[in-house]
Amino acid sequence: MTEQAAADSRDVLLRVDNLVKYFPVRTAGFIQRTVGHVQAVDGVSLTIARGTTLGLVGETGSGKSTLARCIAGLIPATSGKVFFDGKDITNLPRRRMAPFRRDIQMIFQDPYGSLNPRRRVGAIIGDPFAVHKTVPAGERKRKVQDLMERVGLNPEHYNRFPAEFSGGQRQRIGVARALALQPKLIICDEPVSALDVSIQAQVLNLLADLQQDYGLTYLFIAHDLEVVRHVSVSVNVMYLGRICEAGPKNPVYETPRHPYTAALLSAAASADPEAAAARQRIILTGDIPSPIDPPSGCRFHPRCPKAQELCGIEEPPLEGKAGDAATHLTACHFPVAAGEKLATAGRREQA
Amino acid sequence: MSITELNWQAQTVEDLAGRTIEGRSQWQLTWRRLRRDKVSMASLAVIIAMILLAIFAPAFASLVHHPANTAYPIAGESAAGQPVAPGTNGFWLGTDDTGRDLMVRVFYGARISLFVGIVTTAIATVAGVAIGLIAGYFGGIVDTILARFTDAVLAFPYVVLALALAVVFGPSLTIIIAVISFFSWAGIARIVRGQTLSLKEKEYIEAARSIGAGPFRIMFVDILPNLLAPVLVLATLYIPSAVVFESTLSFLGLGIQPPTASWGNMLAAAQNFYQTAWWFVLFPALALLITTLAFNLLGDGIRDAMDPTTERLLAARRKARRGGAQ
Amino acid sequence: MSFLWFLIRRVLTGIVVLWVVATGTFFLFFARPVQTVAHQLAGRTATPEVIQSVINQLGLNQPIMTQYWRFLDRLLHGNLGYSFFTQQSVNTMIKQDLPPTASLVIGGVILWLIAGLGVGIISATRARSLFDRASTVAVLIGLSMPVFVVGSLLLLAVYVPLNQHGFTWVQAGYAGPSQGLGVWTGHMLLPWISLAVVQAAVYTRLMRGQLLTTLGEDYIRTARAKGLSERRVIFRHGVRAALTPVVSQLGIDVGQLLGGVVVIEVVFGLQGLGQVAVNAITQDDLPVIIGFVLVAAAFVVVANIVVDMVYAILDPRVRIA
Repeated sequence: MTEQAAADSRDVLLRVDNLVKYFPVRTAGFIQRTVGHVQAVDGVSLTIARGTTLGLVGETGSGKSTLARCIAGLIPATSGKVFFDGKDITNLPRRRMAPFRRDIQMIFQDPYGSLNPRRRVGAIIGDPFAVHKTVPAGERKRKVQDLMERVGLNPEHYNRFPAEFSGGQRQRIGVARALALQPKLIICDEPVSALDVSIQAQVLNLLADLQQDYGLTYLFIAHDLEVVRHVSVSVNVMYLGRICEAGPKNPVYETPRHPYTAALLSAAASADPEAAAARQRIILTGDIPSPIDPPSGCRFHPRCPKAQELCGIEEPPLEGKAGDAATHLTACHFPVAAGEKLATAGRREQA
Repeated sequence: MSITELNWQAQTVEDLAGRTIEGRSQWQLTWRRLRRDKVSMASLAVIIAMILLAIFAPAFASLVHHPANTAYPIAGESAAGQPVAPGTNGFWLGTDDTGRDLMVRVFYGARISLFVGIVTTAIATVAGVAIGLIAGYFGGIVDTILARFTDAVLAFPYVVLALALAVVFGPSLTIIIAVISFFSWAGIARIVRGQTLSLKEKEYIEAARSIGAGPFRIMFVDILPNLLAPVLVLATLYIPSAVVFESTLSFLGLGIQPPTASWGNMLAAAQNFYQTAWWFVLFPALALLITTLAFNLLGDGIRDAMDPTTERLLAARRKARRGGAQ
Repeated sequence: MSFLWFLIRRVLTGIVVLWVVATGTFFLFFARPVQTVAHQLAGRTATPEVIQSVINQLGLNQPIMTQYWRFLDRLLHGNLGYSFFTQQSVNTMIKQDLPPTASLVIGGVILWLIAGLGVGIISATRARSLFDRASTVAVLIGLSMPVFVVGSLLLLAVYVPLNQHGFTWVQAGYAGPSQGLGVWTGHMLLPWISLAVVQAAVYTRLMRGQLLTTLGEDYIRTARAKGLSERRVIFRHGVRAALTPVVSQLGIDVGQLLGGVVVIEVVFGLQGLGQVAVNAITQDDLPVIIGFVLVAAAFVVVANIVVDMVYAILDPRVRIA
């Protein structure tokens, strides 16, 4: 079965239904009033098929990390639902969530911040065993060392401190920790963004191997498009708290329908100089607007080269467009047609 | 063997699974830096000496045949009923107002001071760390209540309350320990709370939660090890304040009551003897001074040994400034 | 406008605090079995008849809440009660004994601020010099000394030898400024030094640390590059920034000041509030003790409000909170 076929077969491991996360903005002082909300995630729905990788792309501030944490249960969602293996795990209290914690694990972005500097690496990796009491203390060490070997670390470094490892090795430690309880889903929150490019490749390959060996499912979050393309089966593009385009990777990368996706792709570095020269540069002006006061209608419209009056009024639904595969969805009133050239965008006034 | 392994003088530990390599922990590094600091080592030696003197005070008393609370009206007092000077009649440091051996009493005083100092600091540290951790980690209403309570205790003039309690319940060792502990935990709690608040945001705490660790496990396994360093410095610096507090209370008559020897009540009795028996004033005062100074120096030394960066940073800045201001 | 609100809020909080302290003190002392209280008040050797008359006199048999209301009522009329021993009004006693304490506190605070901050500034500007090293050692010693030890040692080393050799300027006991500035200083000099030594050490270290950090900042380099004189740089910019923690510390210290004051008064025989309080304690003179506790609390509250005001002037952000 090809990867794509597996994705299409709808053996869904994770389903997110209209997830919303707002953070209240409060005044300072003893009695605080809420004066607004940071609309970090504003109605996101997605599915991940078992055994595949969903890539989630977006700039800083798009809400992807918040989304990941809501799915992992680290932050309570404001509304919406998360279904794991068919069961509703939205906002479960800690005790009820505990068994799911063995199945859903997370790998973090910062290799320096995600490991407790005062604990030995063996203890860090063995933490899941201790917390869930799955392995008696006597056997823990051997299991941890097995894990270390599996991720490419020297098991004799069991007693070392994180400070004694390089960035890439620390990420491997994080991977080992995530693997310990043989999870089904691993959420990778920009796991290679902080690493040198050559090391990135190593870690990505490791993740791919592990996926194959253990049948893992990944939610892979990144802002680097090439990395996402390499690892994912399906891709979702996020902008300011909403998904603007979703689908299998090849259609999305080769024929992006949303102007934002097109702009992102045009800015991505390419190793082939001819292709790079041939590429049209779509330069987006302006900065990402504040999530406290997002633009009305389609959130991208102030920066969109194709924006028209409708875009500022009505939010476009995420749906399939004519001529696309059934699973390629776009949220745009005026999607990019095949072969269309987008001019440099000027900033349009909000409708 | 890679380069990193060659640089580390690793201590190998034989083990069922084969060779494992120990890493250098923060504590080992701190101890090595501390060892090189002569002032801190001297202070540590003084403290150990003081503790030994305190432990062996009874032995010393039998050595010179002068029990601490026994007055010697004939050998220990001059004809006019005044204390005798150091060196007379086998009293190495002289006698006090009722003819008791001053040196023995100074050693016995060490027992009280060190006992009170260490016990109250231990209690205050445990309580302060627990409260600070809970307030900092849980946040919200728990934190608000605990933090305000801590602030109230910190701001309260403790002498006033100590006086009041001594009146109500009568002075005793238990009261003193309770009072001093009660006023000491707040300072520690505030600092621990501050540290916890910032540590709580670190990614590895989030990672621990994502594994499913509960709040108490996170507090004690993940946060606490990061707190031990500043807490140790604080505790070492709180011991001398506890010693001072106890001696102040005893001085005012609200602490240890005579005839039990405490440096504080000895100094109180010595108030009338400035002109006639300087040794009675000097030696308890010196004992207090040396003890508190030693703990303060050691605390400072530990703090510097744990964080050698500040000094290097300042030195580099100064060098740059001097070099650039030419 | 916001400053006024800030002030009002602080005063209201202060009144609440005072009420809490008064209530707490009252219940601490009087909410015990009647016999215990009366026994304590009547003295160690009192006979049952005496105890009974004390109970009647003071109305100790009445319900505790009645006693409490009477207590509050008297307080609000400014009456702090009467001493058991001297029958004097506590108000009078406090007024009498205020001057020595006030002299001690004012002189001491000024001395320690000047000495502490001065040494701190000089140390910071001449970091690592001989002066700096010497002051660091002095600071550590100063921090380690209990106040009464300093007082005792000063008496021993200064007062006694001087007087023995006929220099009688330095005296123990109290003499007010009305008796001549020279006499006043002579009596107060050693107490002031005792109070100041320990406190100055704290401020020296605080100022030195803050100033060192601040002077390393880039905006100081800018100021120098602009051509400002070194003195202006240090004072206008460096010290100004270092002042806020100093004010903070002062707030805390003023509250704790009472402890040191009590001890110094006992050592030097100044019949101030502190010494009177200690005497009252050894005599179980409850009304005096209560009066002292309340005055002390009021002092702390007022001092804290003043410090908060100063803080708000220095740092406008505080007023909004």
